Amino acid sequence: MPGAHHRAAHSTVTETHVITTSGLTKVYRSRGREVTALDGVDLHVREGEVYGVIGQSGAGKSSLIRCVNLLERPTAGTVTVAGQDLTALAGRGPRASRELRQARTRIGMVFQHFNLLSARTVRDNVELPLEILGKSGKERSRKALELLDLVGLADKAGAYPAQLSGGQKQRVGIARALAGDPKVLLSDEATSALDPETTRSILQLLRDLNRELGLTVLLITHEMDVVKSVCDSAALMEHGRIVESGTVGELLATPGSELAAALFPVGGEASADDRTVLDITFHGEAATKPVVSQLSRTYNIDISILGAAIDTVGGLQVGRMRIELPGRYEDNVVPVGFLREQGLQIDVVNATSEAPSALVKEGAK
Amino acid sequence: MTWSEMQPLLEQASWETLIMVGWSTLIAVVAGLPLGVLLVLSDRGGLLQNVVVNKVVGQVVNVGRSMPFIILMVALMSFTRWVTGTTIGSEAAIVPLAIGGIPFFARLVETAVREVDGGLVEAVQSMGGSTWTIVRKVLVPEALPSLIASTTTTVIALIGYSAMAGTVGGGGLGDLAVRYGYQRFDTGLMWITVAFLAVVISLIQFAGDLAARTLHRRGRGGAAPALRLLKAKEPAAADIGKVA
Repeated sequence: MPGAHHRAAHSTVTETHVITTSGLTKVYRSRGREVTALDGVDLHVREGEVYGVIGQSGAGKSSLIRCVNLLERPTAGTVTVAGQDLTALAGRGPRASRELRQARTRIGMVFQHFNLLSARTVRDNVELPLEILGKSGKERSRKALELLDLVGLADKAGAYPAQLSGGQKQRVGIARALAGDPKVLLSDEATSALDPETTRSILQLLRDLNRELGLTVLLITHEMDVVKSVCDSAALMEHGRIVESGTVGELLATPGSELAAALFPVGGEASADDRTVLDITFHGEAATKPVVSQLSRTYNIDISILGAAIDTVGGLQVGRMRIELPGRYEDNVVPVGFLREQGLQIDVVNATSEAPSALVKEGAK
Repeated sequence: MTWSEMQPLLEQASWETLIMVGWSTLIAVVAGLPLGVLLVLSDRGGLLQNVVVNKVVGQVVNVGRSMPFIILMVALMSFTRWVTGTTIGSEAAIVPLAIGGIPFFARLVETAVREVDGGLVEAVQSMGGSTWTIVRKVLVPEALPSLIASTTTTVIALIGYSAMAGTVGGGGLGDLAVRYGYQRFDTGLMWITVAFLAVVISLIQFAGDLAARTLHRRGRGGAAPALRLLKAKEPAAADIGKVA
C-alpha cells in the first residue's frame, strides 16, 4: 500500500489481505459496442477492516463488487478472497462451478434493495443460505433466531418482509448474509435506499459486526458520509479505475488528495491580500495537541479560523482546519515551521489555484 | 323436456367435463411449468442461456398455441390412439386437451417467472445457490400467485376447448349444449347448460383469484385475506353510494 503512515486503527485490522484484485478488467459488449466498466483495478482489503469504495454512478463500483464474488465474470484479472483464487475456480462456462458456489457461501452480500424473498417469513429468509449449506432444520432455526437477535429483530421472526420498514429489511438482509459465518461481507449500496437516520443505524450495525466478529467489510457507496462514519480505508473510483486509495490517515496525509478534501471539506478565503492561509491536517497523535493556541502564544500572533472539518473517523480524531495568519507567507516561515515540527501536515493555500472538483462540492453538501 | 329428464344429462355431462378438464389441466401444469421455466432460463442473459434450445422450444410452443383446437384434435388422432387405445370418448379427448394446454400454460408460466425480480436471483447466487436451487426456492415460490392465476386461465381455456371434444364423442357440458340446442332445437336445455357453465366458470375464476390474492397479500396485514376481501368492499360500496 502506498504511503508510510500506517494508522494504528482498531486492533482487529491485520496486514493480511483478505480481498485482493489485480488487473481486474470488465468489458461489456452489447450490439458490437464495448463499454469498459473496470479498467485494471488493483484492490487490497486488509483483514478486519471496513473498506469503502466511493465514486459517482457509472464509475464502475457496482461492477467491482460484483466481480469480487464473481456474480460478474471479469474479462481479465484475478480475484482472491481469503487466499482462494476465485477466478481460477470459476470454470469456463457462464454457470458457477460447485467450487465457486462453495466459496460464495463464505462471502456474505447485502444489497441496496434488500432482495428478500417476499413469500418467506423473516426467519425463513435468514434460513435460506443455511438450506443451501444443507444444515438440518433444527440447526437452521437455532442459527436464524440467533442472527435475528444479533441484528435486533428477534421479535420479527414470523413477519413477512412486506410488513417491515426499510431499515428492518436491511437488518434481515444483513442477518441473512451472516448465516454462513462469512469472513467477508460485501455491501452493495446497502444504505442508499434508506433515510439518514436509518442509514446511521445500519452503518453502526455494520461497524459493530466488524468489531465483534472480526468481519471484513467491503462496501461501495456514492455517499461520502458513509465512508466518513465507518470506513478504515477508502478508494475513489473514476471511469473504471481506482484513482486514490489508502487508509483514511494515509489519504489525509497525501497532498492534494481529492478524497481527503471531500471527506474534510474546508473553505474560506483570505480576508486581505497580505495574509497567509494555511490548511492544517490533523491525524494521529498531533490531533490531540492544542496547536493553534500554542502557536498564538509562542509567536504572539492573532490567528483566525476560516473553516474546519474535524471528525471521528474509524474511532480516531482526524480532520483539517484552515487558518489565517497576518502577513505574507515570507513573514510566517517560522510559525509554519513550528507547526510542521508538531507533526502536522501544512499546506499553504494559494487561493487562485483552488478549483474544487465535483466530488469536493458533493462532499461539502 | 322436464327437469327430471335434464338432471341426469347435466350430471353426466358435468362429470365428463370434470374428468377431461381435470386430467388435462394436471398434465398441462406438470409439463408446462418446466417448459415455461426453461423458456426463461434459456433466454439471452438467462441462467442457462442457450439460444438453440430457446428458439426450438419457443417455436414449438408458438405452433401449439396458434393451432385451432379442433385441428389439433384431428391431427393428434394417431397419437391419441397410441396413448389411450381409442380415438373416441372422454379419455381420448384428454390427450389433445392436454397437448393443447401445455404450450398455453408454458407461455403464461414464462411471463409469470420473468416478473420475478432479478435481484432475488442474484441474492441466491451470492449465497452459493445452484440454478436448481434458484428455480425451486426463488422463481417458482415468488411467482406462485401469478402461477395460480395462470392455472385458472388455463382451466377456463380448457373448459372452452372441451366443448369441441363432443366431435370425438367426448361428451361434456359444451357438447350437451351443442347437441340439444343446435342439433335438436331444445333451447331450454341449452340455456340451462350455458347458465350452468357460466356459473362454474365464475366460481373457478373467483376461487383462483382468491387463492392468488391470498398468496400475494400474504403478510401485508393481520386479518384473514378472505375476510379482508369482504371488508375492503364495504367502504368502497359506501363511497360509491355517497358519490351517487
